[in-house]
Amino acid sequence: MTEPLSSSEVAQQIGEQLPDAVTGSDESTVFVRSESLLDVARFLKQNLDFDYLISITAVDFLDHFDVIYHLRSIKNNYSVVLRTRCDNRGSPRVPSVVSLWQGADFQEREIYDLMGITFEGHPNMKRIVLWEGYEGHPLRKDFHLDVPGGGKAT
Amino acid sequence: MCQGAGRQLSSETMTLDTEPVVINMGPQHPSTHGVFRMRVTFDGEVILDLEPIFGYLHRGIEKLAEHKTYLQNMPYTDRLDYLASMSNNMAYAMAVEKLAGIEVPERAEYIRVIMAELMRISSHLVGVGALFNDMGAFMTPFLYMYREREKILDLFEMVCGQRLTYNYMRFGGVSHDLPEEFIPTLKRFIDEMPGYIDEYDQLLAENEIVLARSKGVGILPADKAINASVSGPVLRGSGVKWDLRKNNPYSIYDRFDFDIPTGTVGDVYDRYRVRVEEMRQSVRIVRQAMEQLPEGEVRTKVPTPLKPPPGEAYVCIEAPKGELGFYLVSDGSAKPYRFKIRAPCLINLTMLRDMVVGWMLADAIVTLGSIDICMGEVDR
Repeated sequence: MTEPLSSSEVAQQIGEQLPDAVTGSDESTVFVRSESLLDVARFLKQNLDFDYLISITAVDFLDHFDVIYHLRSIKNNYSVVLRTRCDNRGSPRVPSVVSLWQGADFQEREIYDLMGITFEGHPNMKRIVLWEGYEGHPLRKDFHLDVPGGGKAT
Repeated sequence: MCQGAGRQLSSETMTLDTEPVVINMGPQHPSTHGVFRMRVTFDGEVILDLEPIFGYLHRGIEKLAEHKTYLQNMPYTDRLDYLASMSNNMAYAMAVEKLAGIEVPERAEYIRVIMAELMRISSHLVGVGALFNDMGAFMTPFLYMYREREKILDLFEMVCGQRLTYNYMRFGGVSHDLPEEFIPTLKRFIDEMPGYIDEYDQLLAENEIVLARSKGVGILPADKAINASVSGPVLRGSGVKWDLRKNNPYSIYDRFDFDIPTGTVGDVYDRYRVRVEEMRQSVRIVRQAMEQLPEGEVRTKVPTPLKPPPGEAYVCIEAPKGELGFYLVSDGSAKPYRFKIRAPCLINLTMLRDMVVGWMLADAIVTLGSIDICMGEVDR
């Protein structure tokens, strides 16, 4: 059985190495500042053996985006969820984790394409399912399905 | 023995002046398994670079799902990996059940496992058959494997009336109980199936052309596979003993006795063998599930429309092609606030470039075939 690691303990361990990186934790999730995301991810990979990035997701809450990382250690069979907040709706930016986990490559491109979040440091940050030149990002909540082109989606 | 087409270059060929040429393979090409394009840079016949390009089948299912109720989204999941609709149904139903705290009756769990494992056999039959098409064993193995797949589709048709898009699972169980004639037909099928798998092996497993085309080709080392979030038979082909049915047992998989086949070097041949062995293991699981199948309800009552409490849930299962996950966010309304699909086919494609650079065109086709993608799931 994949055991979810206690997120408060993980948060504490991150805090010892990287003070100010963690903003909180609930039962399954560690919340981190987006500026420190790459450092936290590297710490989790190197010190806690999180060798497998299950998935990256972004959720639009209108006033901010959340980017959610589901991590797993295949070696030790445990998991943790990282969550970071991205406030700048005009040009949301989060550091890319492709340098740590290659599996982030297509997933980050997909989020860029559909949600419009730029992953800084990604080697090939371009649209993946929609075509170059498409305007707007369909998974944003202000992209309307009943208006051709999604209405005023920027 | 020659190892793939790519190692056959003589020194004489290498001294000729060449220049790189970019060729689009696909999107309409029989060996790309759907509308999928590979933008390949060749030097002669050797691949210098490859970029997978997709999105031709993008329907925006994640967005559409935010505008439908939870139950209305069930048919959408059929249209992800349409060769494994039952598994998609199961993963989505489990995600909503986790979100809303719904219990599933014992009998329904068994029925789900039977369906999911039959689906795995069916999906692997198509995957392996198509792989042999790509290798040049054109249509003969494919047709024999479709003969058996047809029997599985007949079984599915019995329970839900559909042969491709089943829409069979419901939150809290399945839509209908098994019809009377189902169990005898299933029993006949699983009695016959191991014999058929032996037949394929006699024909193909030690075939010299198969060995030459697949041994040592498209190697994916275990550490790279893990780093690239690869899952399913591709990950196990690389020698990583990781299967969610064993490592994170969901549903009732902890009650069955089965093995996790793995490869050793992670080449095309290993992935093919893993799929064949998995079919045998699935037959074992179906047999046990059939013998243990209890009587009782197949569905708990859930309110309509279903409004899960605000929160989020990530549920993953071992679908035929890898780890299929649903990440749902509920805001307490009847429609999901966010509906994210963790698509194994998309993520398994990440490593395609690394696996084929330096090899020849014909090896790229076989390597792509061995990843076994389904564009419905890659593009969503």
